Amino acid sequence: MSGLRVIVGCKRVIDYAVKIRVKPDKTGVITDGVKHSMNPFDEIAVEEAVRMKEKKLASEVIAVSCGPIQCQETLRTAMAMGADKSIHVEVDAATYENLQPLHVAKILSKVAQEEKADIVFTGKQAIDDDCNQTGQMVAALLDWPQATFASKIEKANGELTVTREIDGGLETIKVQVPAVLTADLRLNEPRYATLPNIMKAKKKPMAKKKPADYGVDVGPRQSILKVEDPPVRQAGSKLDSVETLVTKLRDAGLVPS
Amino acid sequence: MFRRFHVRSNTLFKLKEAIPDSCLNRLLISGRECQVRSLAASAAAQPKEQDGKKLSQKKKEVESNRGDSKSFGLNLFRGQISADQVFPFPEVLTPDQRQELQELVDPTAKFFEEVNDAAKNDTLEKVEDHTMKGLCELGAFGLQVPQDLGGLGLTNTQYARLVEIVGAHDLGVGITLGAHQSIGFKGILLFGNPEQKEKYLPRVASGEDMAAFCLTEPASGSDASSIRTRAVPSADGSHYVLNGSKIWISNGGLAEVFTVFAQCPVTDERTGETKDKVTAFIVERKFGGVTSGPAEKKMGIKASNTAEVYFEDVKVPAENVLGGVGGGFKVAMNILNNGRFGMAAALSGTMRYCISKAVDHAANRTQFGKKIETYGAIQEKIARMTMMHYVTESMAYMISGNMDQGSAEFQIEAAISKIFASECAWFCADEAIQVLGGMGYMKDCGVERVMRDLRIFRIFEGTNDILRLFISLTGIQYAGSQLKELQKALANPTANFGLLVGAGAKRAKRLVGMPTGDVSLAKFVHSDLAGPADKTAKSVDAFGGVIEDLLLKYNKRIIDEQFILKRLADAAIDIYGMVAVLSRASRSISNNYISAGHEKMMVEVWCNEAAQRIKTNLHEATDASSKKNFDKMGTIAKEVVGNGGVFHRNALGF
Repeated sequence: MSGLRVIVGCKRVIDYAVKIRVKPDKTGVITDGVKHSMNPFDEIAVEEAVRMKEKKLASEVIAVSCGPIQCQETLRTAMAMGADKSIHVEVDAATYENLQPLHVAKILSKVAQEEKADIVFTGKQAIDDDCNQTGQMVAALLDWPQATFASKIEKANGELTVTREIDGGLETIKVQVPAVLTADLRLNEPRYATLPNIMKAKKKPMAKKKPADYGVDVGPRQSILKVEDPPVRQAGSKLDSVETLVTKLRDAGLVPS
Repeated sequence: MFRRFHVRSNTLFKLKEAIPDSCLNRLLISGRECQVRSLAASAAAQPKEQDGKKLSQKKKEVESNRGDSKSFGLNLFRGQISADQVFPFPEVLTPDQRQELQELVDPTAKFFEEVNDAAKNDTLEKVEDHTMKGLCELGAFGLQVPQDLGGLGLTNTQYARLVEIVGAHDLGVGITLGAHQSIGFKGILLFGNPEQKEKYLPRVASGEDMAAFCLTEPASGSDASSIRTRAVPSADGSHYVLNGSKIWISNGGLAEVFTVFAQCPVTDERTGETKDKVTAFIVERKFGGVTSGPAEKKMGIKASNTAEVYFEDVKVPAENVLGGVGGGFKVAMNILNNGRFGMAAALSGTMRYCISKAVDHAANRTQFGKKIETYGAIQEKIARMTMMHYVTESMAYMISGNMDQGSAEFQIEAAISKIFASECAWFCADEAIQVLGGMGYMKDCGVERVMRDLRIFRIFEGTNDILRLFISLTGIQYAGSQLKELQKALANPTANFGLLVGAGAKRAKRLVGMPTGDVSLAKFVHSDLAGPADKTAKSVDAFGGVIEDLLLKYNKRIIDEQFILKRLADAAIDIYGMVAVLSRASRSISNNYISAGHEKMMVEVWCNEAAQRIKTNLHEATDASSKKNFDKMGTIAKEVVGNGGVFHRNALGF
């Protein structure tokens, strides 16, 4: 089963180290002039795909990103890490604010068909919206098996043996390709994009597409009512006796009276 | 009046002969290799006759492009503003280069934040092995090597931006990288022939082979032409036999490839005479006979390796001569001159780090019921640190921009940036520790190491003291050459009447304290900065006047007046700083940057204070009572040296 073609979804998100600020009109968070980088889980997926290529399991790694023009930076990072080529599906900034996992999943599944991919690899979730839906939706749309939250991927007899992190332990499953994989935190430690590889990545091909090229309607299916900061924690107070505490808890309806 | 002027300029004319280029070149070179020696000042200012002849070739080259330099720094000494290189602020990155650089910044910063451990490197007194390996993979060892030879092919400006990140995180690693590529193999990059480049650059760019720059010797520091290492050609001419030893060589214990400067016999074709001339060689450790001593124990930059390197009957193939036999001086001078902007860039990163440490503490520390950032005592420190950073950063990118534009005359500016950056970074580290209080004095805080690391920057690559003399003497030499033009004009006064009247009138105006009128920055600077621009223009005018006065008064003896030369250099540094920030802030205002107002304020404060300092320095340079003070200080020092320590009795008498 050498020669797998792997598609990796690479979302551009606000960098994990940035302190998020909500827009004054509460329609979203401030992204202007804020440092962005590749979704860390997607980075792990890119790393795994590149390692599969280095082990001659995969023949080609194709990075895909949906979003505004700046997503090309994310794709170049993926190519600097070792992806062979990339596809940027441009979604203008306004539309992007309402782009949902289903839209991305539809695009990815079309790309997978067009590129005759054997594996669609994504991070288990993006650190901005925490949806954890895209990979699963791609599997459904393509009717492929899925191995989500992968923390170890091995090849065995024409199948992939995937160790998944689940509540309370590990689950080992086998999937046949074509399949959808999503990467968990402990799958690997992504490499640094080195400066020479960044320069070389500039010469790797990047296809520029639109959702319409794949026949995908990216019209919003939901609307955002409001985005708010998490509530500020209320200050505590010291009480002088257990009785007062119980009374207070009862009054607040926190213990049965 | 013409008659009087003629007499005076006749004496002035001699000045040019009195400051041969060899003297300046020698000032320019002083061991980058952790050169801790101080220069015997008089030796530097009084070139030996033989050096003058030795460098006659170089001298011709300098002369050929002396007539009309575009350098702001040089023209400043004529009291003129040469705006080409300073206004508008150089924008040299193409959109492609800019994008490329933006992509390189993050991974570089990430590497230094997540992999490199500056504190650990400092304690271990070496860069950790996995970090060195990571730096090789990162491509950090060949930033400016062309891409087809295995490097990144960065421009000077791109290089500066990445070096700034290194400077913000670990100066020990900075020196390891700098000794390698800013000087170690820079000679091959600048002067190597295609075969030499092909052979060596891929190896050094990958970090497979480390490089080092070997100039300084036990008896030859700032006076670089006095090196004793010798290379003697073999009878068949196929190779040279190299003997000698070099000290304080950064990367000396690690390097495989060395740029070595040695005396080499050269026969003059006309006279048939054979004389030693400095020649540069590419030497590999594996040639045999190359050994190095143990790593030196240092105050700072401990992570970098500094060692003695010995050459004993090393057979160097003839094709490894770099920049021609006898051309070593030019090679050394150009390497150092080309590297200085990198120091300013790195140190602006260091200053940024110090400021963030200080600000973080000031914003969170409460004393007397208020955050300490609200107190004027702390506010002044933060404001001064920030202004110095603004000036340093502006200088660094102005010079890297000029270099990328192809300018070859930036030696004064490069020297200014090195002095200014190293002194301001020291100030910032010192004040950051002061703001942090006891915390700052503790190792864990991380500024203590920075302060130790910074100390060497005022010493190596030409001590700041030597570079100050270099700035003043280079500028004075240039100003002197203009007076030579005037003298030529006097040979035919009627044909050059306009020129002579202009020169005479300008001088007459200065004598009565009037601005000469043709020195203005108004057309280059944004109108919001008219005030500071006017102060700067007046400073330039006054500066030119003082140079002229000093030339008339001291003639060639000016080269011995180091107290005065130092003040001239300080004024020149201040003026260049003013111009750099005026230019940058004008751009910020025109482009409506969000920080435009902030920058305007900094420029106003900076220029106000700089103008005051310039006034004082120029006054002291010409004032009779200041001169008396200088003379007295000279005597005090002489007496103390004669006594082997302080001469005065203990206050208690025993």
